Amino acid sequence: MKYVDEFRDGDLAKNIAANLAREADPKRHYRLMEFCGGHTHAISRYGLADLLPAHVRMIHGPGCPVCVLPIGRVDQATRLAREQGVILCTYADTVRVPASDNLSLMRAKASGADVRMIYSTQDALKVARDNPGREVVFLAIGFETTTPPTAVAIQQAAAEGLKNFSILCDHVLTPAAMHAILAVEGGVSIDGFVGPAHVSTVIGSKPYEPFADDYGKPVVIAGFEPLDVMQAILMLVRQINEGRAAVENEFTRAVTREGNLKAQQLVTDVFELRDVFEWRGLGSVPKSALKLRPKYAAFDAELKFKVDYVAVPDNKACECAAILRGQKRPQECKIFGTVCTPENPVGSCMVSSEGACAAHYSYGRFRESAA
Amino acid sequence: MCLAIPARIEELTTPGNAIVNLGGVRKEISLALINDAAVGDYVIVHVGYALQKLDEEEALRTLEMFAEMGQIDELRSELGAQ
Amino acid sequence: MSTVKPNYSRPLDLKNGRVDMSHGSGGRAMAQLISELFASAFDNEYLAQGNDGALLPPANGRLVMATDSHVVSPLFFAGGDIGCLSVHGTINDVAVMGAKPLYLSASFILEEGYPLADLKRIVESMAKASREAGVPIVTGDTKVVEQGKGDGVFITTTGVGVVRDGVNLSGDLAQPGDKILLSGTIGDHGMAILSQREGLMFSAPIVSDTAALHGLVAAMIDSGVALRVLRDPTRGGLATTLNEIAKQSGVGMMLQESSIAVNQPVEAACEFLGLDPLYVANEGKLIAICAPQDAARLLEIMRAHPLANAAAIIGEVREDAHGFVQMTTKLGGRRVVDWLAGEQLPRIC
Repeated sequence: MKYVDEFRDGDLAKNIAANLAREADPKRHYRLMEFCGGHTHAISRYGLADLLPAHVRMIHGPGCPVCVLPIGRVDQATRLAREQGVILCTYADTVRVPASDNLSLMRAKASGADVRMIYSTQDALKVARDNPGREVVFLAIGFETTTPPTAVAIQQAAAEGLKNFSILCDHVLTPAAMHAILAVEGGVSIDGFVGPAHVSTVIGSKPYEPFADDYGKPVVIAGFEPLDVMQAILMLVRQINEGRAAVENEFTRAVTREGNLKAQQLVTDVFELRDVFEWRGLGSVPKSALKLRPKYAAFDAELKFKVDYVAVPDNKACECAAILRGQKRPQECKIFGTVCTPENPVGSCMVSSEGACAAHYSYGRFRESAA
Repeated sequence: MCLAIPARIEELTTPGNAIVNLGGVRKEISLALINDAAVGDYVIVHVGYALQKLDEEEALRTLEMFAEMGQIDELRSELGAQ
Repeated sequence: MSTVKPNYSRPLDLKNGRVDMSHGSGGRAMAQLISELFASAFDNEYLAQGNDGALLPPANGRLVMATDSHVVSPLFFAGGDIGCLSVHGTINDVAVMGAKPLYLSASFILEEGYPLADLKRIVESMAKASREAGVPIVTGDTKVVEQGKGDGVFITTTGVGVVRDGVNLSGDLAQPGDKILLSGTIGDHGMAILSQREGLMFSAPIVSDTAALHGLVAAMIDSGVALRVLRDPTRGGLATTLNEIAKQSGVGMMLQESSIAVNQPVEAACEFLGLDPLYVANEGKLIAICAPQDAARLLEIMRAHPLANAAAIIGEVREDAHGFVQMTTKLGGRRVVDWLAGEQLPRIC
């Protein structure tokens, strides 16, 4: 596969690893956060931790929209499906998230609710067109990468005059989440960020400049492949060594400073900022999420149906809040691996395969056990 | 974040759509989020939409960067430190 | 199953007819379905006995029995259909026990309204698979459920075979130091199926690998190498099967990702959907665990067989109290290949 295989080349990985070994100062610790769940997945899947020097540590950030989706938001979806007989369309990632009353979307489906997994918002529109007598609701999750596809669907639905299509809007914003992590009393000991790949193709590299300027933390935007991640880590190490804090772009083949203006305009046309939005693990974050603009109110499931958001607190023993900020590691949580496992996730970090805890459990826990 | 893959546009279909090819797998996707896509272009595909065109020159440049020998700290190399 | 004199009833309308409730009622309609469709396709001396059960000759060795239900959807896919799949699957389950498969039974649950023309295609595919494998279908059953209560066709096949003296294969026999061999590429069947399901359509050249492996197994056993475990990695894929064996044997494993072969379209389809080929179903592949000194020879024997040309040594068994199956990635890092947490679902992120 072109533009994929070359970026997974083992020899090039060794070269970058050698560069890292040479350039990472043995007298200091580098604590780097990869914000995006896709990067967490790449690091785990390829065992990249083994290729980094011991004093360069990766902290897994909250960039997984499934992980940060509050239980109450999943409840809205299960309630609509079970109590109001809608056809609930969703990306497959969300169907196993445990919600209230021992339900998940998958369990709701097993109990007779019409829950359908789709690949694209175009599929959801098709379901609406094919079922004119039923209400179709799309659970719209995701960061800025996934928001434009929802915007396209809403505009299309409006143009077609589709009366039976609406969305539960749970789209969230990356820079706001990064602020929430950094703006903590006393600061956090994160030395630099590996910036998201595909979010950045849409928003560009500009939105990260305040982090470098205001917090003095370097940001290197990395592509999705393991070599991209390794090179970005090297670039961060270099900045830290040189005492610099700038936004650099490793993913130049897909990311520009301005981003995808067409996609941004579509999103601006369809969505506006919510004043406040609850994030699982991060608490309430101002101006961090989107809702539909009044002109598209007819497609807002929260207005169309009686399905208010009810906050559901996380288990008291859950350490996700600290883990998402890199203040604690998964193995330091009392319920990690015992009560809280991928089969029975208690907190957000275990819910999706890229959450810090899930990734550590699935790919990394053998390191503890020194097999 | 977000699972997206680079694929080659093989065919432009109904206005705004295209068939892309990744390693022999073909799928119809939407071009609603980009402009001026042509057959032969590589695009990043996410949930059935092309998000951005892939800049092939930059891709090559990035691969070259991976192959570079890193900056060697002259002092440390003299001391024989790893 | 009883025979029906043909001149007492109109022949089945195999072109335009559909399954209806009378076909499962035990009466004349069912007998006709059995005789004109099933019996004529599967035709063999045991079936021709025409009784409720097949009377079989004595077996000369330990018996192995295996059963499998097949609920695959769609029923027809690139490279096969539910019919040949049900024959191959059970033959393979018997074969990996080290047994020579001798006989099969086939039970059908048919949904009212299912087109007879499609049923005929399935039955003929089963008959062909059975003939080519040399394993006859000697007895069976047919039931019909109301429309909406089935998925067209469900098939359960049971197989019986005989194990030669001295052959002992079991999932708890893997020992540290043993080598792990894989007979070919992974993920073909699962992705061929996924390619056709509604909502995830690809026009990709991915073909199911469904095949009967008993010939390959016989060659491996005849070679005299010290085989410990044979298993076919079906649902849950290679990763699940290896984890099962590791658990049964109380050992760990270390695999090399670069020696596990994946066809490019399969890899690409997995990339599109965010799936890991290690967890995708196979229907024509097997895993063999053998003593280390025999690995090279076993590999040669496997590669000489048309169904295992791409066989490879993919790793080895090691001591591990935790039973982890680990893998050295293509980039030289290490990761755990864990049990599947529920069904593998496509991801967006």
